[in-house]
Amino acid sequence: MSLENKNRQLLSKIATNDKHGENSPYFDGWKAYESNPFHPTKNPQGVIQMGLAENQLCFDLIEEWIRNNPKASICTPEGVNEFRNIANFQDYHGLPEFRNAVANFMSKVRGGRVRFDPDRIIMSGGATGANELIMFCLADPGDAFLVPSPYYPAFVRDLCWRTGVQLIPVQCHSSNNFKITREALEEAYMKAQEGNINVKGLIITNPSNPLGTTIEKETLKSIVSFINENNIHLVCDEIYSGTVFDTPKYVSVAEVIQEMEECKKDLIHIIYSLSKDMGLPGFRVGLVYSYNNEVVNCGRKMSSFGLVSSQTQHFLAAMLSDNKFVDKFLAESSRRLRERREFFTKGLEKVNITCLPSNAGLFFWMNLRSLLKEKTFEGEMKLWRLIINEVKLNVSPGSAFDCSEPGWYRVCFANMDHETVEIALMRIRAFVNGRDKGKNMEIKRWKSNLRLSFSSRRFDEKVMSPHMMSPHSPIPHSPLVRAT
Amino acid sequence: MTQTQKKSINPFSQTHNQNQNPKTESSSSSSSRNGMKLIVPLQSVVQGRNGFLLGSLIPCALFYFFQLYLKRRRSNSNSNNNPSSPSSSSSPTLVLPRSSSRSNLSSRGSISRVRLSKLASILSKPDDSLYYIGLDRVLQDPYDVFVNPNGIIQLGLSDNKLCLDLIEKWLVKNLEGSVMGNSDMNLSINGIAPYQAFDGLNELKIALADFMHQVMGGSVEFDPSNMVLTSGATPAIEILSFCLADQGNAFLVPTPFYPGFDRDVRWRPGIDLIPVHCRSTDNFNLNITALEQAFSQARKRGVKVRGILISNPSNPVGNILTPEMLFSLLDFAEDKNIHIIADEVFAGSTYGSEEFVSIAEVLDSEYIDKSRVHIIYGLSKDLAIAGFRVGVIYSHNKTVLDAAKKMSRFATISAPTQRIVTSMLSDKRFIQEYIDTNRHRIRRVHDEFVDCLTKLGIKCAKSSAGMFCWADMSGLIKPYSEKGELELWEKFMSVAKINITPGSACHCIEPGWFRICFTTISFEEIPLVIERIRKVVKTCKSSS
Repeated sequence: MSLENKNRQLLSKIATNDKHGENSPYFDGWKAYESNPFHPTKNPQGVIQMGLAENQLCFDLIEEWIRNNPKASICTPEGVNEFRNIANFQDYHGLPEFRNAVANFMSKVRGGRVRFDPDRIIMSGGATGANELIMFCLADPGDAFLVPSPYYPAFVRDLCWRTGVQLIPVQCHSSNNFKITREALEEAYMKAQEGNINVKGLIITNPSNPLGTTIEKETLKSIVSFINENNIHLVCDEIYSGTVFDTPKYVSVAEVIQEMEECKKDLIHIIYSLSKDMGLPGFRVGLVYSYNNEVVNCGRKMSSFGLVSSQTQHFLAAMLSDNKFVDKFLAESSRRLRERREFFTKGLEKVNITCLPSNAGLFFWMNLRSLLKEKTFEGEMKLWRLIINEVKLNVSPGSAFDCSEPGWYRVCFANMDHETVEIALMRIRAFVNGRDKGKNMEIKRWKSNLRLSFSSRRFDEKVMSPHMMSPHSPIPHSPLVRAT
Repeated sequence: MTQTQKKSINPFSQTHNQNQNPKTESSSSSSSRNGMKLIVPLQSVVQGRNGFLLGSLIPCALFYFFQLYLKRRRSNSNSNNNPSSPSSSSSPTLVLPRSSSRSNLSSRGSISRVRLSKLASILSKPDDSLYYIGLDRVLQDPYDVFVNPNGIIQLGLSDNKLCLDLIEKWLVKNLEGSVMGNSDMNLSINGIAPYQAFDGLNELKIALADFMHQVMGGSVEFDPSNMVLTSGATPAIEILSFCLADQGNAFLVPTPFYPGFDRDVRWRPGIDLIPVHCRSTDNFNLNITALEQAFSQARKRGVKVRGILISNPSNPVGNILTPEMLFSLLDFAEDKNIHIIADEVFAGSTYGSEEFVSIAEVLDSEYIDKSRVHIIYGLSKDLAIAGFRVGVIYSHNKTVLDAAKKMSRFATISAPTQRIVTSMLSDKRFIQEYIDTNRHRIRRVHDEFVDCLTKLGIKCAKSSAGMFCWADMSGLIKPYSEKGELELWEKFMSVAKINITPGSACHCIEPGWFRICFTTISFEEIPLVIERIRKVVKTCKSSS
């Protein structure tokens, strides 16, 4: 008997079970990327990461602000006199100025139509920690939360792994653009009750991850009435609320409940974070905003398990209370996101690939049903492996999001520079065109491509310099195709 | 409570597996099946291979509805006599918002009250630990030499404010003129904004391994690949608890112990703490016989003990485990086949003549199964940057490290903070100077403080590390009981206006002991604090 085996027996079920959900293709794709990451010059054949919802389009704005505001940092001569107050600060309420600034920022992101009370903000380690924290507050092991599918793959880990809570998918379909309907909610809720499952609430992402769509006001209202009538909680994950770049205008649940007199507010909880809207996932700022006093009270005590560093709180307090900067940043960020999405989807349209219409998020929901050999999830996985291994793009298959229909893929577009987008597009076009031409071509092309990697020098100089590759050129310029 | 919880879990998980989408859950179903067998006494009794529906599902369902009925009734009655709100119960800085509070109040009156988790209903009740009550009361009326000279002086938090000037000086000198105040390339936006490894930057792990080596006197090496970094020692302990034991299992803990353990281990992991009482006659040193006793008593009650949790140097006593005791502990753990969690966050804050020996060093010296030993470390105490939230799990157990890495997602250290700390720790000359100066300053304050207390007739337990002394005030309490201790604490709070931690909050079995932290004040402030203590001593003596 190996020592390792003996040790496993000595550990908890949580440590040794697979319920962290990291065995899904969503994470496999990341591993494929990590073992062979794309680099324009060092590894031009590598896998391009399109599975990571990261917003890198506005780093320059943040950098500029930091440069102009040395006082915000406790590590500069201008700001160091604050060091003593900050270094020891570990109150789980958080710095008052930090909570004020975040409340102000949340309000701005929602167009100033709602105000947030800083005293209802609970700090947490990223949205990951915030989601787990709210589950610990609302549900006991074995209880369930409804979640409209497709949904964020890591919910399994964030919401369920350590809390013992289970998720019950609410099926949404492409026929109505994956809208959450009252019927689907009722059906899932009924079914759960028939199965003796104690449903504690519903969790929605608005804007939706992975769809990139926002929920219309009427739909939100019907969701709020649904949870009210059944007296269950509503957790609104709104971490992408600042990424809305197109109409319809974003409506937060905070706005809707202002208008709904009858609503039991203490059923409503909002999850927020600065990782997506500000593009600062490294800062690990997540928070719960709850209208329920008891949740605020006990959630705050749990903050201790994921406090935001006081250095970071102090810094963000200064940045987020700079109204001029925040306004400019939000406007510019959504402009750039719209531009990027448009460029990307237009490029896909050229090879007849369509995407679900969307107006938010750092990703879109790509429809490859026409490319599936068989319209099953197996077919979806086969195509996905082809995309990972041959086209060398890490997109995430719909099955990882528990989507009810095969053939959808989530494509992240904001974590790369423009040149990389062009290369990704070219690879996709070459792939689709190659498929149209027939299988033999494909094999031939890939063989010669292998040879090409040995003469990567030439490749570097000529093919990969992005300015030489016009996306509008009629000839597909993919390095893969050129090799044939 | 955990027992009933487990029973009620079962029916759900039963149906859970059936209803699950096979596509996503196939990998997990096997493990949960195993889990269920362990969890469910009910199921194992009734479940037949064929008559699953009749034998298990239906009784389970009935049982569930019964539970639900009871729960509904219970939570309704609870809500009526427990009108808790965040403002009243614990947090003084929390102000109820005008607009929404009213609507909340109105909905509270409705019949169908919203149910939270069992944990939440326990936590939202007012704190009963004087440790937390004390901390809150200080927040309401904090001492400040200019603004509020009659406020409460905080002596209940082991913060070290003695050496912040050193770090401050270093920051200005070294991080000047750059983006985050750093000329280092890593502090550019690409080094701090995007996602980083959740279990900590490699650079920081390497720097921390060196720092731990330095702090522990250079006698033991730490391997950065055995580390998982978390945002503070608090989540580090919680994560280890999640990894090492299941809900309803227990850890043995020598008393008196750090009040935060209750929160870190009990709350969310649901693991019980079994006190192993140490006594003043031994200077609160641990003895194996007491451990054996606690272990076998737990076993008799059917409680599964999965580990022993120690703080070394001990918080709140400040004493250090001898190498011999560490060996005995390892033998004990080996014999009982349990884990050892050693919280060594005060390792560098030694001031006595006794030398601190890390359990890591003992592991090095002999053939011992290293996989059962896990060390907690952090920079909140030894480097006094509690606000920065840097904690370490150090383990030789690969499975634990793997799981802890995944869990570190819930408690990752902010990247800019990691970068700043990395550059600070990499300056070894500064660090050595800091450690030496810090020790010197702690010793100076400690000696003076304890000396003054002795003159007041208050003796302290013998100690060699930490930022506190463990003071015996049993002579001042009347009656000699927890009640007497509580009353004395209240006197310190309202008459002397100092917040100290009573022994009962540390689960001490003997009444009358208090933890007094002395590093939150400066050397010059000692007479002020002593004067305030004298007031209480006087009133106690005159009344008796």
